[in-house]
Amino acid sequence: MNKSTRKSAARSSSGRVKTIDIVNKGLKRRYGKEKRFRFYGLLSIIASAAFLAFLLTSIVSKGYSAFLQTYIKLDVPLEAGMLDKQNPGRSDFQGIIKEAIKDYYPGVTERQDKRELYSLFSSGAAFQLRDEVLNNPSREGSTISLWVLADDDVDMLMKGHIKREVPESQRRLSDKQLRWIERLEKDNRIEKRFNTTFFSAGDSREPELAGIWGAVKGSFYTMLVTLMLSFPIGIAAAVYLEEFAPKNLATDFIEVNINNLAAVPSIVFGLLGLAVFLNFFGMPRSTPLVGGIVLMLMTLPTIIIASRAALKAVPPSIREAALGVGSSKLQVVASHVLPLALPGMLTGTIIGMAQALGETAPLLMIGMVAFIVDIPGGFTDPSAVMPVQIYLWADSPERAFVERTSAAIMVLLAFLISMNAVAVVLRKRFERRW
Amino acid sequence: MQEVVNKTTVEKRILAPRDSRKTIGTIHVSKPRMVCRNVNVYYGDKQAIRNVSIDIGCNEVLAMIGPSGCGKSTFLRCLNRMNDTIDSCWVTGEILFDDKNIYDPSIDVVPLRAQVGMVFQKPNPFPKSIYENIAWAPKIHGIVESKSDADEIVETSLLKAGLWEEVKDRLDQPGTGLSGGQQQRLCIARAIAVSPEVILMDEPCSALDPIATAKIEDLIEELKTQYTIAIVTHSMQQASRVSQRTAFFHLGDLIEVGMTKDIFTKPSHQLTEDYITGRYG
Repeated sequence: MNKSTRKSAARSSSGRVKTIDIVNKGLKRRYGKEKRFRFYGLLSIIASAAFLAFLLTSIVSKGYSAFLQTYIKLDVPLEAGMLDKQNPGRSDFQGIIKEAIKDYYPGVTERQDKRELYSLFSSGAAFQLRDEVLNNPSREGSTISLWVLADDDVDMLMKGHIKREVPESQRRLSDKQLRWIERLEKDNRIEKRFNTTFFSAGDSREPELAGIWGAVKGSFYTMLVTLMLSFPIGIAAAVYLEEFAPKNLATDFIEVNINNLAAVPSIVFGLLGLAVFLNFFGMPRSTPLVGGIVLMLMTLPTIIIASRAALKAVPPSIREAALGVGSSKLQVVASHVLPLALPGMLTGTIIGMAQALGETAPLLMIGMVAFIVDIPGGFTDPSAVMPVQIYLWADSPERAFVERTSAAIMVLLAFLISMNAVAVVLRKRFERRW
Repeated sequence: MQEVVNKTTVEKRILAPRDSRKTIGTIHVSKPRMVCRNVNVYYGDKQAIRNVSIDIGCNEVLAMIGPSGCGKSTFLRCLNRMNDTIDSCWVTGEILFDDKNIYDPSIDVVPLRAQVGMVFQKPNPFPKSIYENIAWAPKIHGIVESKSDADEIVETSLLKAGLWEEVKDRLDQPGTGLSGGQQQRLCIARAIAVSPEVILMDEPCSALDPIATAKIEDLIEELKTQYTIAIVTHSMQQASRVSQRTAFFHLGDLIEVGMTKDIFTKPSHQLTEDYITGRYG
């Protein structure tokens, strides 16, 4: 009881101002405030949704065409003697392809023209032919009808990114080349098909031969290393700090530093990886192993902080109950606290992993930015990862890499979404239903 | 209004460092199970319990009453060292259990708590099945080895706690799905599953309705034939109903202790009388 309550009591008793009148007077203002607050909230949600929608449409509209690729049907006469008897794989397939092209365009004789003509076809056509021949050795002597990859410029023309109306000097395809393509179109020998190369190949200088699979596998191995290291280490650290460590200056210091580490620019971890893992320990560069370890360092603080928050959220009454029947601290943690904290820990881990999956900067430092054509087969093979692949393609001058960049971003997003979906499923699984 | 202000200042004066007040009544019993001598409890530099000495007799129910903040719960939690979980808490004096000071560095709290079980104010079953709630503690202590042993312990514990008939068909259901009173009896069953000798109860009925409270009180009545029980309660009626001896705490001091019927009919100390008649507290 203080002065103000006494004052209001006095007022109401004298009948001048009733409490309910004061309440009613302020009511409109109160509701107005609430309305405005709701409006601001709605506005910010709409704004962020609009930005997201804009971003997604821009990526999808740019990238969807990369899932199709222009193919040209070529009749390849495989005459006897064209193939190498001892080693059919070493035959001059490039020459055979050129012969086939020449057969189709008998009018082209000039050397310069021939070069222009051959450039309509991807250099990958020879490899396609080789695969075809090696898979079907009995085809020698017959004519193979083969859908070969078109060059990226032809692909761009077919997708409308190169305009025929533009003057020849400003076009990457000459008038002659356009005429040859028109003949292919007339004969129904050119069409867009699903781009399997994009999902099965590694990087390449030729856009039509470049694929994301190498980067996907690289990312997968890298994430595996990161997860395998950071999940157990992070959870062990969080459990120790939260449940077992004494509260003293040393643990305070550690806690402050973990929080600081979470805010350290990721490239610093890359420099550390370069200095320690590559230069000091001499681990192989550009590999998922080193990349995973570097990303583990970056992810650990996130996981530790989230896990500690999850442990803190477990009601103390559960701990007391377990301690009260005479269990040791480890038994309390293992049987009761950890299962309850696990969903939160998993959420933190997935957030950390999603961060790591999209991280580029530290990987540049340890050489994962290298141009790597081969698809990695293990943790110690040089490999690219998806964000670095996107970075590399975004940097490439060819028009066809623009759509591949967007397509790669779509693949990365799909990865992230599926990772989050797994997290949601796991969380639902481990969440106590009571 | 004015009176209350004065009372607070008086209490503040009492809380300042001072010697403990003398305990009235007999602290001794003929067959003590736990013996507490000169127990002081501090939270940081604040003293919560001053120089408390009391015996807890075998197979008796000792009720601890007193106004909020008088230290009765703190004292109860000393008896199985649950205060260890609070970092700033430290205890002096001795609490003898089986003639050994439980605060001796050589004493392991795990076996101690297995012998001195605890039931908390708020029912806190594990978020597991009813069966697991009971069977977990015997399992970690290695008391049960086979499934049939565990089944037996679960059944006898629930029978003793008077819960068996209500839950026998749904042992695999979550313990947290029971009603408040059932949960508290589940917690008691959990405590007796490891066959402790002493059960500490910290206001076990404060979150329960009268019917559930009556059931718990009947249960205490039955349990006292096998166990020694120390119960903290805010309800004077409960103390008078269930206990043989009552201890009255006030601001960290044990003011008066004696047979329950004596305390409630002819209290010796003025504070005790004020409290049990409802004039203070």
